[in-house]
Amino acid sequence: MRRRFAEAGRRAFLWQALAVGLLLLGGWWVAGRVEGELAARGIRSGFGFLLQPAGFEIGESLFDFHAGLAYWQAFLVGFANTLRVALPGLLLATVLGALIGFARLSPNFLLRALGTAYVEVFRNVPLLLQLLTWYFLLTEKLPPVADAVEFLPGFFLSKSGLAFPLPAFAVAAGELAWPQRGLLNIEGGATVTPEYLAVLLGLAAYSAAYLAEIVRAGILSVSRGQVEAAAALGLTARQRMRWVVLPQALRLIVPPAGNQYLNLTKNSSLAVVVGYPDLVSVANTTLNQTGQAVECIAILIAVYLALSLATAALLALYNARLLRRGSAA
Amino acid sequence: MIAWLRGNLFSGWASGLATLLVCAGAAALLPDLLRWGATHAVFAPDAEQCRALDGAGACWGVIAEKYRLVLFGRYPHAEHWRPALATALVLAVLAGFLLLPRAGRFFLGRAVPLAAFAAFGIAALAGALFLMAGGALGLAAVDTSRWGGLPLTLLLALGAVVGALPGGILLALGRRSSLPAIRALCAVYIELVRGLPLIPVLFMAAFLFPLFLPRGLGADVLLRVLVALILFAAAHLAEVVRGGLQSVPQGQYDTARALGFTPWQVQRYIILPQALRAALPALTNSFIAVFKDVSLVTVVSLYELTGALQLALAGDADWRPYFLEGYLFIGAIYWAGCFALSRWSARMEAR
Amino acid sequence: MKLSPLRCALLVLAGAAAGFAAPAAHAGKTLDAVRQHGRVVCGVSTGLPGFSAVDSKGNWVGLDTDVCRALAAAVLGDAGKVKWTPLNSQQRFTPLQAGEIDVLSRNTTWTLTRDASMGLHFAAVTYYDGQGFMVAKKSKVTNVKQLKGAEICVQSGTTTEKNLTDYFRAQGMKAKPVVFESYEASLKAFFSGRCQAYTTDVSSLAAIRDKEVKNPDDYAILPELISKEPLGPAVRRGDDEWFAIVKWVVYALIEAEELGVTQANAESLKRSANPAVQRLLGGAEDMGRLLGLDKEWAYRAIRAVGNYGEIFDRNLGANSPLKLPRGSNQLWTKGGLMYAPPIR
Repeated sequence: MRRRFAEAGRRAFLWQALAVGLLLLGGWWVAGRVEGELAARGIRSGFGFLLQPAGFEIGESLFDFHAGLAYWQAFLVGFANTLRVALPGLLLATVLGALIGFARLSPNFLLRALGTAYVEVFRNVPLLLQLLTWYFLLTEKLPPVADAVEFLPGFFLSKSGLAFPLPAFAVAAGELAWPQRGLLNIEGGATVTPEYLAVLLGLAAYSAAYLAEIVRAGILSVSRGQVEAAAALGLTARQRMRWVVLPQALRLIVPPAGNQYLNLTKNSSLAVVVGYPDLVSVANTTLNQTGQAVECIAILIAVYLALSLATAALLALYNARLLRRGSAA
Repeated sequence: MIAWLRGNLFSGWASGLATLLVCAGAAALLPDLLRWGATHAVFAPDAEQCRALDGAGACWGVIAEKYRLVLFGRYPHAEHWRPALATALVLAVLAGFLLLPRAGRFFLGRAVPLAAFAAFGIAALAGALFLMAGGALGLAAVDTSRWGGLPLTLLLALGAVVGALPGGILLALGRRSSLPAIRALCAVYIELVRGLPLIPVLFMAAFLFPLFLPRGLGADVLLRVLVALILFAAAHLAEVVRGGLQSVPQGQYDTARALGFTPWQVQRYIILPQALRAALPALTNSFIAVFKDVSLVTVVSLYELTGALQLALAGDADWRPYFLEGYLFIGAIYWAGCFALSRWSARMEAR
Repeated sequence: MKLSPLRCALLVLAGAAAGFAAPAAHAGKTLDAVRQHGRVVCGVSTGLPGFSAVDSKGNWVGLDTDVCRALAAAVLGDAGKVKWTPLNSQQRFTPLQAGEIDVLSRNTTWTLTRDASMGLHFAAVTYYDGQGFMVAKKSKVTNVKQLKGAEICVQSGTTTEKNLTDYFRAQGMKAKPVVFESYEASLKAFFSGRCQAYTTDVSSLAAIRDKEVKNPDDYAILPELISKEPLGPAVRRGDDEWFAIVKWVVYALIEAEELGVTQANAESLKRSANPAVQRLLGGAEDMGRLLGLDKEWAYRAIRAVGNYGEIFDRNLGANSPLKLPRGSNQLWTKGGLMYAPPIR
């Protein structure tokens, strides 16, 4: 008997060693092959190119980017653009998702039906198609920039995007930089492009459908008995929600919602199809300018993995806190 | 009736207000929508009539004019019956799979054996592939660079799922293996791939695979993209399968081992059947995700349904303004597919 | 023993490693491979009228495709033995680097970066182009200076993005590029009015204006050219023999025009009194042997697609819907840039 265990142990070790060895061998072979291929064809490799001037403009950015800056700065701008659309997207999706989740639980039949219809429509159509549709609506159905509609004083909407007043830091505090009609464009103030708007709306609308389901499932998970007990204690509907249902539902809502936030951020990579200069778009342009596919894709992968790990770490932290609080109570 | 109205529409002042608001919104929007989509719409493939509408109605004529390009992409026009038949075959396999338990009981009085169905499925898929590729039996060879539209979407989605499922199961088992190295390798792979969006993975297929794959193997973009989809989907399916595996109590494993089953046999005959059944609804959701994800391959210039639509309309000045109608058309196709699958999975879950 | 899922995969991987560990074929092997498979694999565009596009009968036509046909005729004796691989602008170089295509003939600009660091060599110039702008006439823009601050639609993966930036910087103006990953998407955006201008090579602009627009008169191509865009076929690095063949097939077509050899008269000119013509057509001396080909390599190429002038006229010039002027693409003897080193 003991011999058999010992033998099984040895076999297990052998198999694992074999697997790891083969994997290393395979990885080594692939790396060697790529390296050899690149060298044999005289294709430049290495990350040195990141320090060279990018030589292309990026349509919109949070920083003052210009073509003379280096590739790594272009990547940074791309990453900032990804966050610039993902973070407001998270917020918008959360609000919308919570509203729809509550609507689906409403005693009102029409609200319930609307909520269900929303979820079923937006979940069952590919995000890519939704982004394209939003973009088409924004660029085709809006007037050209010369005839921009000023739907609020200082707010211009046109094919070139949404122009709005922004606190101007250069001017005295409290003053706003107002957009005005220029020769070809709206000048002054701040603008967001239709590409940005399309990605923002598309991501938010799509993720909201999933978040609504998560919210609904979380609330439904709180047993009916508790709600009824709270009602018997004389708590109002609002109080029941605030003090009984939500605290418990949140524990079930937060982990999947966190994953959904991560999904939204990953999905922002689809921005490339509507011409929004996110990280993928910048990587794609760089890849084409320099021909350094391996490096550009490696950067992409590293960034997204870092985002995933960060999200996972945050969720783990949240769970740990919940557990601590749970045991203290 | 009145009780229902009271209970569901006017149960309180908030509910009543909501009802009124929704009704008012519907009254404001529905007539316009109806006018645009139906009464004022042009259904004939006539660009002149559509232009005369000036946006007052939908131009469904664009579908009538372009549906073949949208559905079949750049496949040679005279040979369109082949992708059409291939699509029908693939859909038949899918429908067969979904309705199998019922149909079997209805026609044969018992469940259809899975092996028989698998044989039928494989034969039908091989038939569909042969129809698309041609090159024998009097069918002209059609290069994969000209495949497109709905059959491409379906074949890629199905290929990805069929290819990824075994890999996903193996990965899930590996992640629960007692061998630490195997466990770590599987976990790393699963988490690594699940952390990535699909687009960089597709870029890898387009730009990196050719650099290390031997010449000839890497020649076909379609094949490379399919491999990328399989590798991607396998990691996602693995997590779903793992959820199913966790639902099977450890006691069953121990009992079966005590009864003299080998570890393989335990997995094959006892654990996996239960785990997969438990994971079926979640698996279906993953299939839906794959089906939707296939739309992304247009980024590496494979003209599946979404790409084929761009191809059909962007290059034609007459019809370029009617993308919205085109989007709604393929949106409806996607929606029908996803909705049917999700309903089916909900039914399986309820059982 | 519990099952180890990866072991099957790894065994397969190991098998593959063993099977393919031999280094891929490099120097001097393209010609052998082409002969062995009996076809030239030619990377073309996914559809650019005049250069490479599928006509209504499903045939590839255009200047770039004729280069491939000439090559197939010269090497294999049959202009039909070409396998077409349509490539978009971002993915065009990878298949060439990886050896999936033998020649990239896809309106591709010859630049130092591409020549020196991307694993390819440009063989010759088949079209001297320049980057320009197209605007809607109703915008009343008549020169590039007026595009200050304008949003300009560009397709990514081209030299166009960089030229645009360079030019506007040199002029001290700011441009806002709106970059799309696909040709179709960039066109759609421009025609929907998203951008005030569209920029790419002028030959492509002409093709777009001719083919993609309902009424070509609604759009104007601005007079300024902002860059040099020499377009030509490229081959993989490390195969000098094949590089020379592609280069000289192109030069043979140019030389043929200069010598007055056409598709129609090539046969009779085989017995021409002019020694240059004789050498070109393989009447006397065997120039092909030096390239690893036979005596009639150039003769077959000319018979298949005509001389450079004929190719130009058929696809881009007077006999085509585009009606582009020869301009810089005229022979050097007529004030243009087309100049073939002597075939002797």
